[in-house]
Amino acid sequence: MTLPLFFFYLFSAIVIASAIMVISSRNPVHSVLFLILAFVNAAGIFMLAGAEFLALILIVVYVGAVAVLFLFVVMMLDVDFGELRRGMLQYAPIGIVVGLILLLELLLVAGSAWLVPEAAGSGALPISGDVDNIRAIGRVLYTRYIYLFQACGLVLLVAMIGAIVLTLRHKPNVKRQDVAAQVARTKATGVEIVKVESGKGL
Amino acid sequence: MDGFVYALDYLIGAPILGLGTMVGFVWKALLLLVTLLVFTAFILLADRKIWAAVQIRRGPNVVGAFGLLQSFADLLKFVFKEPVIPAGADKAVFLLAPLVTVLLALSAWAVVPVAEGWAMADINIGILYIFAISSLGVYGIIMGGWASNSKYPFLGALRSAAQMVSYEVSIGLVIITVLLCVGSLNLTHIVQAQEQGGLAHMLGVPWLTILNWYWLPLFPMFIVFFISALAETNRPPFDLPEAESELVAGFMVEYGSTPYMMFMLGEYVAIILMCALTTILFLGGWTAPIDLPPFTWIPGVVWFVLKLSLVFFMFAMVKAIVPRYRYDQLMRLGWKVFLPLSLAMVVIVAAVLQLTGWGWHGGMA
Repeated sequence: MTLPLFFFYLFSAIVIASAIMVISSRNPVHSVLFLILAFVNAAGIFMLAGAEFLALILIVVYVGAVAVLFLFVVMMLDVDFGELRRGMLQYAPIGIVVGLILLLELLLVAGSAWLVPEAAGSGALPISGDVDNIRAIGRVLYTRYIYLFQACGLVLLVAMIGAIVLTLRHKPNVKRQDVAAQVARTKATGVEIVKVESGKGL
Repeated sequence: MDGFVYALDYLIGAPILGLGTMVGFVWKALLLLVTLLVFTAFILLADRKIWAAVQIRRGPNVVGAFGLLQSFADLLKFVFKEPVIPAGADKAVFLLAPLVTVLLALSAWAVVPVAEGWAMADINIGILYIFAISSLGVYGIIMGGWASNSKYPFLGALRSAAQMVSYEVSIGLVIITVLLCVGSLNLTHIVQAQEQGGLAHMLGVPWLTILNWYWLPLFPMFIVFFISALAETNRPPFDLPEAESELVAGFMVEYGSTPYMMFMLGEYVAIILMCALTTILFLGGWTAPIDLPPFTWIPGVVWFVLKLSLVFFMFAMVKAIVPRYRYDQLMRLGWKVFLPLSLAMVVIVAAVLQLTGWGWHGGMA
């Protein structure tokens, strides 16, 4: 067995095992930690496929930022899992249907090479072998798909501004730090010298 | 770590390695690890000594001459103490947290080139690898803080989660400005770019390599990176996750003996990594400041360690001099000052490089 094959089976086994643990562990925080383990091992599989840029971006974006905030929220919430478990049987059919649809789609994508041989690879751009995959992605993303890329950026920007606007509240009685005002203070505006006569006070 | 690095090396173009190379690889990894740990021991001592000197104290001076063996005595003390696990703690996560911290901090060193060709794995995406690993560093803290099942550690963990995610953004953008100038994500290329071209060559004094280094042309980014590195490694003045005046010891309150030591070790290794990264990105890595003898007689690894120590000295001085930030000030600095500044700098650097055709072209694939 060659080494990449060994690592492929290792990573895949860990991904599947930790994915099962995500839905079966009793503690929600453990679930998130297993999810993170699954992410990291998925990145390992990307790495084996030669997509080292995608692998590390997966780690930076999903594991390093999104999952941290996710973990943050799950730790803060007081989830009663016993309560959730009681309702599980009720939702199980929906979950199974969603899972089946996903499986069918994946099978169709994977099976398209056999079903319609001429369609396989028609959507993908060929990557010339002499560039690393950051350059290859950049060349496609910033030339051919530049408008779609920009549109994605705008959608995200709108989403971000929307989230900020929804949660922004200016309470009238809260004192906020105004750095410009602090820096603009001079001796004349900041200090008052009072001559106090003894025994009288201010 | 070895297996992973080996796999990386394998994938990124190294030929099929035989058993001999494997053994060589393990040997190199061990050498790097031991050197790093011993270096960390002395860096820790230096930190305490510098801090003491600023406060006109003597610092550790009992164990060995000038207290040189203090860190090793501490090691023995920590290892022989009994580890205490709080009754309500999540035992597995509680013990996993310090391990995660140490392993992540150490594994990032696999790609750091300490001298020309002295990287364990000279991979093409080295800087991204380090960035990814350092973005995982927050997990040790969050897991430790949560698993302790106690209020102060949890508050420390929450603070650290927000802090590290915030400063990662500006670190990422600063790294992008450097990458724009270099045109490669390989750490060795980043150093070579500063060796072979830059300001000194433009001014007609190619021997004055110190002007070539990116600290000067990208000056504001050097400062932004340095400050963000302080925040990313939870160093004072941004040590809010452990803030001893408010949270006792933050996420480490419930830890003692070996697990505590591993947290400390991981923290210091991460700090040294950030110093090394500053050296590589902005201070020319292993290159001599003046490309003339006697400077060129000194081997590159010595220059690297000297520069790294200089950056660490600044880390230590900041710790000794600057008072701790308030949490809202910390967030303001990260999001309202550094993020716009570094984002603007990315645009400016890209525009300048595009218009003038400057930048390094040696690393083009």
